[in-house]
Amino acid sequence: MTSDADYTADEMMTVSAARALRDGMTCFVGIGLPSSAANLARATHAPSLVLIYESGTIGAKPDRLPLSIGDGMLAETADAVVSVPEIFNYWLQPGRIDVGFLGAAQIDKFGNINTTVIGGDYGSPKVRLPGAGGAPEIAASCREVIVVVRQHHRSFVERVDFVTSVGYGSGRGDRERLGLTGAGPKKIITDLGVLEPDPETLEFTLTGLYPGVSASAAKERTGWDLSIAADPEIIAAPTPAELDALRSFKHGAVPVGQARSHQ
Amino acid sequence: MAEIVALAEAVERAIHDGDAVAMEGFTHLIPFAAGQEVIRQRRRDLTLIRMTPDLIYDQLIGAGCARKLIFSWGGNPGVGSLHRFRDAVEHSWPVPLEIEEHSHAGMANRYVAGASGIPFAVLRGYNGTDLYRLETLNGGGGPVPTIKPIRCPFTGETLTAVSALRPDVAVIHAQRADRTGNVQLWGITGVQKEAVLASARSVVTVEEIVDELDPRPGAVVLPGWTVTFVAQARGGAHPSYALGYSIRDNDYYVAWDAIARDRETFTRWLDDQVYAVPAGQS
Repeated sequence: MTSDADYTADEMMTVSAARALRDGMTCFVGIGLPSSAANLARATHAPSLVLIYESGTIGAKPDRLPLSIGDGMLAETADAVVSVPEIFNYWLQPGRIDVGFLGAAQIDKFGNINTTVIGGDYGSPKVRLPGAGGAPEIAASCREVIVVVRQHHRSFVERVDFVTSVGYGSGRGDRERLGLTGAGPKKIITDLGVLEPDPETLEFTLTGLYPGVSASAAKERTGWDLSIAADPEIIAAPTPAELDALRSFKHGAVPVGQARSHQ
Repeated sequence: MAEIVALAEAVERAIHDGDAVAMEGFTHLIPFAAGQEVIRQRRRDLTLIRMTPDLIYDQLIGAGCARKLIFSWGGNPGVGSLHRFRDAVEHSWPVPLEIEEHSHAGMANRYVAGASGIPFAVLRGYNGTDLYRLETLNGGGGPVPTIKPIRCPFTGETLTAVSALRPDVAVIHAQRADRTGNVQLWGITGVQKEAVLASARSVVTVEEIVDELDPRPGAVVLPGWTVTFVAQARGGAHPSYALGYSIRDNDYYVAWDAIARDRETFTRWLDDQVYAVPAGQS
């Protein structure tokens, strides 16, 4: 990030993630960074994006960022509200959802995600994380997955300490062998740029960088020997409309129509 | 038929030391008043079951009520970690906490099996995850498996079986009940119906008791004969949401982070905000 940029690295990451969603898609949304990005997409270029939260709200149309997946606004604005067993069994499991939008505490070069324990052994870990939540089945069954996570050499590791949610396992053929029906993670969107799986090995490779970020900086903040695409794309900085919409969330309201009118 | 009693009496009669207790409410309608009454009555050695053990289980675990936790996501939603939960797992404070963990889909299906009166449920899940192999960790000294492969007798495909949850007691908070103990809840209804039907007994706290339950869109109704005790606890889901009654008290969730981070601060909070307060008023 250049020092004179008028946006933060987190804002660039959220905008970049929002752009990965196309209008009309169905999107299973995790809370936190993925929720901000999905709501930004809906407020800007993807007004018909179908937001699905694991609390059972399908087609939620929040007018501000939900504080949690239990926010009453999600239920009141949804096309349908279903029970928790139903959201997982009828909606996620059969592969009806286009894209799963996930966060991660630790991620490895094959896109496997750890949100369970770090360090020590399972019975007495150094750090106890929240656990799986809906992520294992989102990672298994959505048609594709996008991970939104800040990049750091300690969280971008050769192999995760605990496989909570499967990306490509140990490489090509593992998803098929495990019977996972979705295609797996297509992008890891970070605060430095975008990683995508190598078409041959499925190892995540840097394919995009934000303005002012160098490939060597991205390599330094990766715990495995990160490959860089031959000619990484320089991703466009946030537009004023994107920044306006994103910042308006943080002040409580998401003026959906207003943000769209900037486009 | 459900008995309508005071909250303290419901907890005293329904929940005993050593019970397996499921307090449900998927970030909405979380039964905080009932949970704090369990702390106040100093129950011990409970197996606590909950998909999303958030602040209410952080409070119960920190107060030393739990021996074991069965769960799928333990965090302070939208804020961060549960420090009492982490202290119990990482440092066995105030007592060691055994854990049995699943994904949300697995937990939801375990309740469905329990409610259905069958010993397991089947789903497509867990393949390739380390959750599947917990019993092989620690040199084979891991927890008893509750996740196993199962072959479909029709297609031969291998799917995943999860064992049923059959708690001794379910505890939930609902918007309303009528005077015969029929319970009505709406909005995000989570897994509460399954939890009550899977359990041997149940305690339901409600915002209000009314003469007649007029219909609400998407409402779940639990007939009074499926419920053991109903107790009125206005604001009993505070600080979580109760759709139509109250919104989330986000300042409480944020403030909890600092309270729970430190054992002394937490102990002081327990003394002042739970033990010193009469039932239903914390």
